[in-house]
Amino acid sequence: MSPLISLDNLAEQVPDGALVVLPPDYSYVPMAAVRALVRRGVKDLHLLFAPLGGMSADILIGAGCVKTIEAAAVTLGEVGIAPRFTEAVQTGSIIIKDSTCPAIHTALQAAEKGVPFMPLRGLIGSDVMNNRADWKVADDPFDASGGPIALLPAIQPDVAIFHAPLADQFGNVWLGKRRELITMAHASKQTFVTIEKVQKKNLLDDEVMAAGTLTSMYVGGIAEVEHGCWPLGLAGHYEPDIKSVIDYARQAKTKEGFAAWLQNNVITEQKRAAQ
Amino acid sequence: MTDNPTYNPDEFLICAVARLLADSRHVAIGMASPVAGSAALMLREEAKGSPDALRVSMIGGDANNPFTDGGRELFDCAGQGRIDTFFLGGVQIDGQANINLVGTGDYPNMDRRFPGTFGAAYMYFVIPRVILFRPEHSKRVFVPKVDFISAPGTSEEGVYRPGGPYALVTELCVMMFDKEKKRFRLASVNPGHTIEEVQDNTGFDFDIPEAIKTTPEPEPEPERLELLRTNISLEIAKTYPDFAKRVFGVEQAA
Repeated sequence: MSPLISLDNLAEQVPDGALVVLPPDYSYVPMAAVRALVRRGVKDLHLLFAPLGGMSADILIGAGCVKTIEAAAVTLGEVGIAPRFTEAVQTGSIIIKDSTCPAIHTALQAAEKGVPFMPLRGLIGSDVMNNRADWKVADDPFDASGGPIALLPAIQPDVAIFHAPLADQFGNVWLGKRRELITMAHASKQTFVTIEKVQKKNLLDDEVMAAGTLTSMYVGGIAEVEHGCWPLGLAGHYEPDIKSVIDYARQAKTKEGFAAWLQNNVITEQKRAAQ
Repeated sequence: MTDNPTYNPDEFLICAVARLLADSRHVAIGMASPVAGSAALMLREEAKGSPDALRVSMIGGDANNPFTDGGRELFDCAGQGRIDTFFLGGVQIDGQANINLVGTGDYPNMDRRFPGTFGAAYMYFVIPRVILFRPEHSKRVFVPKVDFISAPGTSEEGVYRPGGPYALVTELCVMMFDKEKKRFRLASVNPGHTIEEVQDNTGFDFDIPEAIKTTPEPEPEPERLELLRTNISLEIAKTYPDFAKRVFGVEQAA
């Protein structure tokens, strides 16, 4: 059975209300898949960012696809604030679960190991912790003085979605040093990946490539999508299209501007694809 | 800053930050920290080949980024004590060195929401020397009490806390944090500014030494400015091309 699916099919396999984990803007962000999700009209998503949200978060929020978001921060980086995220949090139209980078990495590692929780240093006394009813502080049972330590429940996302430069026809996906994506996939019930290029040769047959490869065991489907990170970049392949990101940030400042951007850049993409 | 044409404000701040890294062995640079990154790269270049060679790990891009185990490696590294110096900022910072990166007003639906805490709620606890870098020196930033504690400046006894605030660098002054007294102490006022100006623009009390020093200008270190404008400007451009263009006039490498 071939792991190859279409981009639309990938979007159809993400149910409304799912807990979806997405990568930070410095990694391999599946922007084409995000637009496909908006076109399919996905609703009530619980988004988790591992660990930072960027343009993908802002578009999904602006398009009304999101119920809750958990992230260590959401920003368009050098381009500025994420406008749809900022307004949604200020008005309360979405629920934010503020976290901190290593807390998200740790919760995913717990899921990866199949353990119910993991401890993490720091956090105690912060308002990040004080606003997280799901986090606990316990006395370290191994420490003679029994100092307090934070315990974080495992997070097992329903779906992980990201892009990758290369996969093989068997569904093995090469991620190189972007190992946060490997953790995301290991932790999630299901993983879908858009791929720049699919090769015939098995990645696991090559010792050098195998070390940076997510094996197909974790992968529910791959969709070949050239320039799948655009307008964000794919390291070693293409640079971010900063002009397009700046253009987005400007238009998305208002609801109306965002709606126009969505129409011109997401909805019409489908029409182009259909031609 | 004075109207001295021989250096620009960013070059001044880079040199001010660099003096605080004299004893550092491994500096990590988080997202969007070009001034801190420039200072660390400059010291690394100066210490090249010596036994005190400085390690600089930058996560803002692929250049000078040594991590190969995903986004978590920086934090795992810090948790083990392998990183001694880090930089944080804040929408608000108060006199107990509590920092707020989340926003102003009542949480969660704040009046002004900012991106979020990033790694601060962890890094501030585990890295021995955290330098707070916030050029804007105003009562809007330096408040009596932050609206949201992204990370506390100090912790109760018993909480594992090898790390915490070391210094604060702004456009007006340099302060050091006194862990015992849980207060900032003015270390030096930047050239062209006065102690009154610092006081008028700070919303919290801090200790003032009897003799007030002036933060040195980069002039006593002309070779440092030269290094900054040549090798370091090209190196920092790999991670922060816009900054390098604005501050040093470096065009982005192809």
